Amino acid sequence: MTSRRILITGLSTYWGGRLAQALEQDPEIETVIGIDRRPPKLALERTEFVQVSDAHSLIRRIVDAAEIDTIVDTRLVVDSIVTSRARAHENNVIGTMNVLAAAGGPSSPVRKLVFKSSARYYGAEQDDPAFFTEDMRRPHPPRTPIERDICEAEANVRDFRHRNPETTVTVLRFANALGPDLRTSWQTYLGLPVIPTILGFDPRVQFLHEDDMANCLEHAVKYDLDGIFNCAADGVLVLSEVIDLLGKAMAPVLPPWGTGLAVQAARRAGLPIQPEMLPQLRFGRALDNRRYKATGFVYQHTTRETVLRLREQQRLEPILRGVTGSSYRYEAAVEEFLRFSPSVHQPNTRPQLTPENSAPRSRAAAPPATAELTDGTAAAAPAPTPYAALPAREILAVLPSLSAEDLRALREHEAANASRQTVLRGIDRLLDRASASAH
Amino acid sequence: MAEETRSTLRHTTTEPTGIDDEDRLALADEPRDGADRPGRDVAERGLEDLRRHLAPIETERQVTDWGRSERVEGFFDKTLYDFYYNLWFRCEVEGIEHVPAEGGALLVSNHSGALPPDAPMIAKAIKEEHPHPRPLHLTVENFFKGYPGLSMLLPKIGGVTAHPANVHRLLCDEQQLVLVFPEGRKGTEKLFKDRYRLRRFGRGGFVEAAMRARAPIVPIAVVGAEEAMPIFAHVPALQRLTGLIYFPITPTFPHLGLLGALAYLPAKFKIRFLPPVATDDLGNEPWEDQALVQTIAHDIRATIQDELLDMLGKRKSVWFG
Repeated sequence: MTSRRILITGLSTYWGGRLAQALEQDPEIETVIGIDRRPPKLALERTEFVQVSDAHSLIRRIVDAAEIDTIVDTRLVVDSIVTSRARAHENNVIGTMNVLAAAGGPSSPVRKLVFKSSARYYGAEQDDPAFFTEDMRRPHPPRTPIERDICEAEANVRDFRHRNPETTVTVLRFANALGPDLRTSWQTYLGLPVIPTILGFDPRVQFLHEDDMANCLEHAVKYDLDGIFNCAADGVLVLSEVIDLLGKAMAPVLPPWGTGLAVQAARRAGLPIQPEMLPQLRFGRALDNRRYKATGFVYQHTTRETVLRLREQQRLEPILRGVTGSSYRYEAAVEEFLRFSPSVHQPNTRPQLTPENSAPRSRAAAPPATAELTDGTAAAAPAPTPYAALPAREILAVLPSLSAEDLRALREHEAANASRQTVLRGIDRLLDRASASAH
Repeated sequence: MAEETRSTLRHTTTEPTGIDDEDRLALADEPRDGADRPGRDVAERGLEDLRRHLAPIETERQVTDWGRSERVEGFFDKTLYDFYYNLWFRCEVEGIEHVPAEGGALLVSNHSGALPPDAPMIAKAIKEEHPHPRPLHLTVENFFKGYPGLSMLLPKIGGVTAHPANVHRLLCDEQQLVLVFPEGRKGTEKLFKDRYRLRRFGRGGFVEAAMRARAPIVPIAVVGAEEAMPIFAHVPALQRLTGLIYFPITPTFPHLGLLGALAYLPAKFKIRFLPPVATDDLGNEPWEDQALVQTIAHDIRATIQDELLDMLGKRKSVWFG
């Protein structure tokens, strides 16, 4: 592993923050520095935040001064709900140019660049293959401003790679991500009570869980992976299946002809369908994710599981309204005091703000699963969580799938060790039921 | 029948059938050999290696990653296909043993009929007659992916857009059966007077796809489809208006409306599967040799044409065979 001193651009984006949280748990990594225009939205322990725009001279000074060896660029805006078109263009094209300018050159200490891109690079068209592989170029010119930006940014990264052959350049093209802490156009769309679709079309869709997304970035930092990789969960669903899993109603109300106009009118009336989603709602898109898996990365969730998690979250939303959301606020003075003051004797640990009873959020706030993967051997097969550390409800969830013998063995083990009443009672109930049905 | 559809749809040679959740987890956690050490340069390894990284099958799902739905397909199979196969066309099948029981294979057939009935009948023939029934993926023009309704239906019953990458993935990575009609639209839109005269076999792309996947090519000759829905004329004005690929005049369409589009004449069907043509013994990267590709494509076309003429010569009646 060569990455020890890391600069994350776009620290206040969700994945920038998640990546910093994961990296700062790793004792091998000396320094994590994050830059962004706005303060970070997630609580961090030792990551140092510098509030700068993406002017390349400033970034270059930080890179040189801190002897940064790895830059992770998580700044790309791939969703038009995040910001205005002009800001997105500024950030995506000019910002990328500046970051690359700061990273390149013969005297640069940077040995590795990880660039977060998006599957929107491929677009979605009628004559697409069913699974895009990394070496496919999009067959048609980009249709929306966001797609144009992504293609232009990637072209810049390609140039950078040609000019700096010694630098490892990893480009990760992410499928549409879903998760409790994200705000994306797909998430808003799937959050509608009735989901409007284009009449006569049932596109194939593929998602990625937010945890996997953070893990993908971390994997790229830990191992030197030169090249372009698709990051998308296993399994491709059709939209009707997704809506079915979410327990919602499908309303094929968008007309197959003149869809753009209809959606434009509907958007004015408040329907959250972004223009870059439209080709996907018609033709769908799926990525071939095998190349990244071949580097040893293991996805924690399939597309189906990601959708099921979204359903859990959607069910909890009305109950948790106001409780969740980012209750964290970055206070520059406090963060600086905790990191640098000679009076601080205790290590600065991240406050756990999550309510215990919310399943999806507690998962997100817990240290990401890859925190265990500090040694290379464990990466291929993530180290199993010790049984005693599993929460009772996760054990209860798997109990029905066990045979009677296994249940008895598990009961003995549980009684001898943690002896959690809920688990013991759950096993007893299942055993009773099994013996009752046997007689 | 439903059970059978279920089992055939699930069949892949890379995974054991009836794979359940524990297996899936076990597969995911399987210890990997040195070739898979994280961080190793992927470019060094060929695509061959990626085969085992295919997504495992999720048993709870009814729809495959290709968008194929066993529910919809099973419904069509039990109703429409069954009726047409057994009662209406009274299909007669020869040489089913030429369809390999495992591994990828590219099935190549002649194509005809305004709304071609040959593809579902070939799929049904494999399901009914083959000792080891397998699902058949049929390639369709990407026009259908953009046409409302058809775009929804065709993938559900096994249609896959005719893209070289799709055919390669199915043949090589997933070891499936793929049916192609190299004549494409030119085959189905030809008029009744041109029946059983094969059109040009594309640009030989199907041979290239089979070579790359090292999969055998199984030629198929189908007799009967031409008479089941003959086209007497085309109406270009209505074609433009409806946005279809062609707007034909058939014995039942358009005067019987959309129902007429499904009303075939009860011609007797004969499907003959011919001995497979191997593509894995042609040396290194044979697809680079365009002359070889064209020769093989031409040979296969000639074989199917000869076989058709042979079958037609022996046919006593269009309706009774």
